[in-house]
Amino acid sequence: MASLVGSRVERKEDKRFLTGKGRYTADINLANQTYAIFVRSPHARASIKKLNIDKALKSSGVVSILTGKEIADDKIGGLIAGWAIRSEDGTEMKCPGNPPLAKDNVNFVGDPVAVVIAESLAEAKEAAEKVEVDYKVLKAVTSTADAMNGDTIHEGIDKNLCFDWLLGDRQKVKEAFDKADKVISIDIINNRLIPNAMEPRACVADYNAASEEITLYTTSQNPHLSRLIMSAFGNVAPEHKLRVVAPDVGGGFGSKINVYNEDIVCSWAAKKINRAIKWVAERSESFLTDIHGRDHVTHAELAVTKDGKFLGFKNETIANLGAYARVFGTVTPTYLFGPCATGVYEIPAAYTNVKAVYTNTAPVDAYRGAGRPEATYTIERLVEKASMELGIDKTELRIKNFPTAFPFKQTLVHTVDSGDYVAGMEKAKQMADYKGFEARRKESEAKGKLRGIGVTSYFEACGIAPSAAVMSLGCGVGLWESAEVRFNPTGQVTVYTGSHSHGQSHQTTFAQIAADELGVPIENIDIVHGDTDKGTFGMGTYGSRSLAVGGIAIVNACKKIVEKGKRVTAKMLEANPEDVEFKDGEFIVSKSNKKKTIGEVAFACYLPGVRDEMKSPLPEGDEPGLKETSFYDPSNFSFPAGTHIAEVEIDPETGHVKLEKYTACDDFGRIINPMVVEGQVHGGLAQGIGQALYENAEYDETGQLMTGSYMDYTMPRADNFPEFNIGYTCTHATTNPLGVKGCGEAGAIAAPPTVMNAVIDALGGQEVTMPATAEKVWKACKNLKKSNAKAA
Amino acid sequence: MGKISLEVNGRKVEKEAPDNTLLSTFLREHLQLTGTHIGCDTSQCGACVVHVDGNSLKSCTALAADINGSKVTTIEGLETNGKMHPMQEAFKKLHGLQCGFCTPGMVMSAVDLLQKNKKPSDAEIRDWLEGNICRCTGYQNIVAAVKEAATKM
Repeated sequence: MASLVGSRVERKEDKRFLTGKGRYTADINLANQTYAIFVRSPHARASIKKLNIDKALKSSGVVSILTGKEIADDKIGGLIAGWAIRSEDGTEMKCPGNPPLAKDNVNFVGDPVAVVIAESLAEAKEAAEKVEVDYKVLKAVTSTADAMNGDTIHEGIDKNLCFDWLLGDRQKVKEAFDKADKVISIDIINNRLIPNAMEPRACVADYNAASEEITLYTTSQNPHLSRLIMSAFGNVAPEHKLRVVAPDVGGGFGSKINVYNEDIVCSWAAKKINRAIKWVAERSESFLTDIHGRDHVTHAELAVTKDGKFLGFKNETIANLGAYARVFGTVTPTYLFGPCATGVYEIPAAYTNVKAVYTNTAPVDAYRGAGRPEATYTIERLVEKASMELGIDKTELRIKNFPTAFPFKQTLVHTVDSGDYVAGMEKAKQMADYKGFEARRKESEAKGKLRGIGVTSYFEACGIAPSAAVMSLGCGVGLWESAEVRFNPTGQVTVYTGSHSHGQSHQTTFAQIAADELGVPIENIDIVHGDTDKGTFGMGTYGSRSLAVGGIAIVNACKKIVEKGKRVTAKMLEANPEDVEFKDGEFIVSKSNKKKTIGEVAFACYLPGVRDEMKSPLPEGDEPGLKETSFYDPSNFSFPAGTHIAEVEIDPETGHVKLEKYTACDDFGRIINPMVVEGQVHGGLAQGIGQALYENAEYDETGQLMTGSYMDYTMPRADNFPEFNIGYTCTHATTNPLGVKGCGEAGAIAAPPTVMNAVIDALGGQEVTMPATAEKVWKACKNLKKSNAKAA
Repeated sequence: MGKISLEVNGRKVEKEAPDNTLLSTFLREHLQLTGTHIGCDTSQCGACVVHVDGNSLKSCTALAADINGSKVTTIEGLETNGKMHPMQEAFKKLHGLQCGFCTPGMVMSAVDLLQKNKKPSDAEIRDWLEGNICRCTGYQNIVAAVKEAATKM
C-alpha cells in the first residue's frame, strides 16, 4: 500500500465548504432563541457614573438586560492572562481585573458594559440604543512608547507596567560590546495589526434546565481550553456541566484562542433567562474587540567585528498589552519572543529586555507567529543594516554567522535539534536568481524605477511545549495534546483530536497519518474535533503545534492499537506476539502464511467469542473493544527555518511599492501533504507582506480606533501579490517520530523583514516604518533625490 | 412587511419580510440558505456574493424587496444533480480554500468572471477578485483554480 504521508491528497473538508454546507456558529439557530447586543464603551478610558436601563427595559421585545453589577453579584469571574511572567527584579507581573461586563471603569473603546437580550436582533439593537450610560471621561493612554509616562490606567499598577522582564546576561553583553569593532543599532516599530479572520466572532449559548448543562457554540481555536477557563476562572458552570462546541470556524490566526467577554456573558445569561442566546459580531465589533497583534517599540544593537562576526546582541522592547492581559498576552512578548531574538545566528552574548505596558486600546495577544515575527523582524533588519554598514554581501554575512553543527545550542534558551541553514540559503539564492539581481536593478533604473532586494533567514520555535518546561516558565497549563483512536467493529476509524482545525486541513492530513499507521483506507477514517463532549481534552490549535504535538498523539494512539492487534492476532492464530508483524493493515505471523486483517482483529475485539466454543480471541489482561488514547507531551519545541528573498520595484514619482518577486525556501521537516503546506505558506506570506506594505491598526490620542473597518484597514487583496516562488529543504525533526516541524506561521514571520529589507535596499538604506505606504516611500524617494544631488 | 417573491436556485419562494430586509439576511434567515456568509458590514469582503439574474452581486448591498421577481443563485444552487460545478471542482483540486468562510462568495464571483471573460489572464483574475477578501490562502491557489475552471467550462 502506498504511503499517504507525503502525498498531495485532496481535502476531505472541501465539499461541504464548496457547496454551502459548512456549519459555522452564525449558521446555528436554536428553538426559541433570543438575540444579544452588547452595549459598549464609546470612550477609551472613563469611569461609569451611572447606568440606567429603565427606558431600554420597556423597549419592545426585551427579555433581559444585564450589567456589570449582576455579573459581579453572581460572582462570575473575569478574563485572565494564561502565563505568569516575573520581572527582572523578581516581582510578579501586575494584572488588573477584567470583568466580562465592566462595572466601574471602561478601558478601551468597545469594552462592554451591558448586554441587551431580546426576541429579535432588531429589537435588541433598538433597546441597546436606549441604555443610558453616564461616563466621566478620563485622559486615555494610547502610545506604546509613552505609556509608562501616562496617567495610571489601573489602580496600583505604577507606570502602567505589567512587568519588566529580562532574558540573558547584561554583563556578558557589555563585555562583548566592549570588544566590538563596530556596533550597529536600530530603532524599530513593529506595527499593530488586526488579525481579521473572515468569520466574525460569534456564539450561541443554550441552557438545558433538565440536565443543568450549558452548551456554548463558539468561534474558538481551543474549545477545551475555553471550557477550562470559563469553569475554573469564570465560575460559569462546573466542567461536567459545560459543553463547548467550536464547529466550523472561519479562520483564527490566534484571535480565537481567547475566551471572550461575550462567551462568558452569553453562557451565564442563557442559564439566567433559561433560553438560548445568539450573538454574532458585526465586523466593526470585531475590529474593536478581537485581540490585536504585534505593537512593539524596540531599540536593538548588534556588536560585530570588522570582518562580520557577531559578538553580542541586545534588544530593549516596549510591548503594548492593550487594556488587559489576556491568555497569551504576556507570553507573546516574552517566551515566544525573547528566545528567538538572536535569530539563526551564533551570537555568544545576548539579552532581551521587555517592558510590557497597559494602554487604553484593545487587548494585544497572539497573532500568527506571536512574538517570533517581532523577534525576526528586529534581528533581520539589524543584520541587513550591518551588511550595508560593513559592506559585506547580505547572504555571506548571514552564512558567516550561521551555526555549523546541530544540535545548535542557542545563546538564550533553545537547543535546535536539526537544520541546515546554509543549504536553505543556497537554494533560496538559486530559486530567486540572486546573482541576476544587479542586472535587474539596472533594468529598473533604466525605466526610472528603484529596485531593491531583501533577504531574511529565520527560525521559529513551534509545537510549543514540553509541559514541564512551559509550566516552569509560568504557563498556567501543560501544552501536551491528546488523541483517541476508536476502531469501530465494522472497520471504520474515528480519530478524536484535541487540536482544532479552522482552515489547517486536519480532517485530511491527520487522516493521512492514521491511514498509514493503521493500513485503513482514508475514506474510512474520520477526524473529529471541536466538541468537549466528544474528545477527552485538548489544548487546541496555535503556535504550529497541531501536527508536531497533536499529530504525534495520533501516531502514538495508533501504535497502541497495533500493539493490541498483535496480541490479539497471536492469540487467534496461536503464535507468539513477538512473531506478529504489522504491515499495510495486516497482522502477519512471521515465517508463516497466517495472517489477520486489522478489520478482522477489530471485529474480534468487539465480538470476542465463537458459537459452540468457550474461546476468546482476547489474551489474558486485554479487555474487549479497540480504542486507544494518547496524551503526548513533546520533549522539545520543533524548529522550522528557512531563507526568504524578496524583490521590489519602487516608482519614485508615486512612492508605489510593487512586490516583483517573492521566494520562500523553508525547512519544515517531513511534509505530510505538500498541497496543504503550500497553502499554509501562501497564507502566511500574504499576512506577512500585508504587515510590511498595507496593514496598520491606528488609534488617535483619545483612543478612538481610526482603522475600524475594511474601508480604513487595508486588507491585502488578490492584486497585491505576485505569484510566490515556494521551495523546501528538509531536515527531519529528531524529537518526534514523524520528523515534522510545523509550517503555519513561517510566512508571517519571515515576510515582513524580507519585504522591508528589499524596500530599504531600494531606498539606499533609508529607514521606513511598516507599512511602507506610498506616502512614506514617496517622501523617502524625495530625500534620496536630495542626498544624491548633494553627493553629485 | 411586504411579500418577497423570488426564484432561488430554481425554486419559487414567497415570504413575508420587513421592507428593510437585506437579500443576504433574507437568504440566511428566511430561507435558511446559510452558505451565503456575512463577513463585514461595509460591503467590502465579498463573502455574500450571489448571482441575481445571472450577474454577481454582494447580497448585503441589496434589499430583498428591491429585486422582487428576480432569479437568484446561491452557492447551494451551483451543483447540478449532485455534481459540483467545474469552479467548485477546481477549488478542491487546487486547494483554493482553507477555512471556507470566504469561499462561497469567492466561487460565485469567479463563476461570473468566466461568464464575462472566458479566458482571463492572471492579472484579470486578480483584478476581478479585488472585491473578495480571503485571509487564508494568499489568493495564489484561487487564481490557479479560476484558470483551471476556465479550461473546463
